[in-house]
Amino acid sequence: MSASDTDVLSQADLSHLRAQFPILSQTVHGKPLVFLDSAASAQKPDVVIDGMAEMMRTQYANIHRGLHWMSERSTEAYEAARTRVAEFLGAAAREEIVFTRNSTEAINLVAYSYGSLLRPGQAVLISEMEHHANLVPWQMLRDRIGIELRVAPITDDGDLDLDAYGALLADGKVGLVAITHMSNVLGTVTPAERLVAMAHEAGARILLDGSQAVVHRRVNVQDLKADFYTFTGHKLYGPTGIGVLWARRELLDAMPPFMGGGDMISSVTFEKSVWAPVPAKFEAGTPAIVEAVGLGIAIDWVESIGFDAIGAHEAALTKHALRVLPEVPGLSVVGKPRERGGVVSFTMDDVHPHDIATLLDRNGIAVRAGHHCAEPLMRRLGLTATARASFAAYTTEHEIDVLAETLRRIRQFFV
Amino acid sequence: MDECSLYDTVIVTRSRSPHHAGVVNEPTSRAQGVNPLCGDRVRLSVRAGHDGIEDLRHETRGCAICIAATDLMAEVVTGRTRTDALELGQRFTDMLESQSPPGEVADDADMPEVLRAFLPLKTHRSRLRCATLPWTALGEALNHD
Repeated sequence: MSASDTDVLSQADLSHLRAQFPILSQTVHGKPLVFLDSAASAQKPDVVIDGMAEMMRTQYANIHRGLHWMSERSTEAYEAARTRVAEFLGAAAREEIVFTRNSTEAINLVAYSYGSLLRPGQAVLISEMEHHANLVPWQMLRDRIGIELRVAPITDDGDLDLDAYGALLADGKVGLVAITHMSNVLGTVTPAERLVAMAHEAGARILLDGSQAVVHRRVNVQDLKADFYTFTGHKLYGPTGIGVLWARRELLDAMPPFMGGGDMISSVTFEKSVWAPVPAKFEAGTPAIVEAVGLGIAIDWVESIGFDAIGAHEAALTKHALRVLPEVPGLSVVGKPRERGGVVSFTMDDVHPHDIATLLDRNGIAVRAGHHCAEPLMRRLGLTATARASFAAYTTEHEIDVLAETLRRIRQFFV
Repeated sequence: MDECSLYDTVIVTRSRSPHHAGVVNEPTSRAQGVNPLCGDRVRLSVRAGHDGIEDLRHETRGCAICIAATDLMAEVVTGRTRTDALELGQRFTDMLESQSPPGEVADDADMPEVLRAFLPLKTHRSRLRCATLPWTALGEALNHD
């Protein structure tokens, strides 16, 4: 594909791209699959599926400890994936990449490990639009060591209230800020550079939950000047079971291990153990070897298309959705953030989001409905649930038109 | 559009215009059922005497299935004894949760016809709880009055 040459996906590019995702040619309830739930988990291209299968067929063994050819090849492939992720995020060193199961585990690792370095009287600052994954671990930390948990409000449009954010940092007690880089409900892209600068000015470290953001835009952790960044493989066209924590080397060095076991030690006696250097210190036990390799392949795939092309395509889709969806009678799009990624949540008068989702499903259209693991945000918005359509590199404008047309008929059916 | 047999006319009609919404006068018990996964919430108020359930009203926040299931439950349990109502709830739940396909459900001659409208839920198992939530709440109400 040569889409990155022109920074946009032509119809031919898009057809070629879609053909690489075998699941997209499936039918559901006798209708062509219209998959608009990529923010929950993206579909996988052939290269990822085949690459993982090929590894298990030809070059698989446990890593790091085998003295045989197969183990060495697997170790190389696993560590090459780490290098690939480090390049992808613009990390200063490959040792700054810790593989986890998913973004949730990465945040839990930071909450447990870096959190243990915080002291009572200090605070962790999150926002009103966090996924439960970036809320519950901090509540658990609060209850474990007695820190304060602060919550930065959002505006009615769905942007972070920067004045309130600044005010919550002002007393210098915040040790760590943990905020999403892109909301999974509102699509809001947060002003990460500004959040980082304000956090650092107040003496706080900052973690950005990049689960949604890394799928849609190039992220460079050194340009962002962040301290921690997390994402998950399965939203980035890769497999489930593999996630990433990036953190500055000096932070990882200072942090105690998260889990104990094999691979994370340099020596063990019954009296004590000495931790391995990072990143091994944080990767106890046999990791998700094949999945890490799959993530590396997924990153190669994304970069072969390029974020300029993916970003432009998804921005056009989002613009189109924000034009055609509000034309559906009774439909309201949730939030109006200044910058929105490829996520559009909506409600429809007189039709509950779960009924919308079930009826869309009967027409082959997959969307998410519910509180999207963000109950406090739902309460802030005065809602119990929304329906959510989310877009990926393989989404077409036609699919959004099919969604809008079907929603129109659902509305007629109920009213 | 494929409207899907789940959204039977009686379900859509009842969800839009419930016959038993509200709160009963002088309730003998109240109960609430909540589905944390979707936010559906059923509030029941019941007035029961020696002969059984005299009146049942509900305030339901939820999807069409949940509102219709609650309203139709109110309709079919009014006039029944506590034991009879609870036993009907168990049979309704069993009917939906049994593994047999909708067309092969063992005939339950005593199952009120309106409750059979929920049979297509058997192929939408993620939505089963929408229909059984009011019956769970009813169990709470009748066991604690």
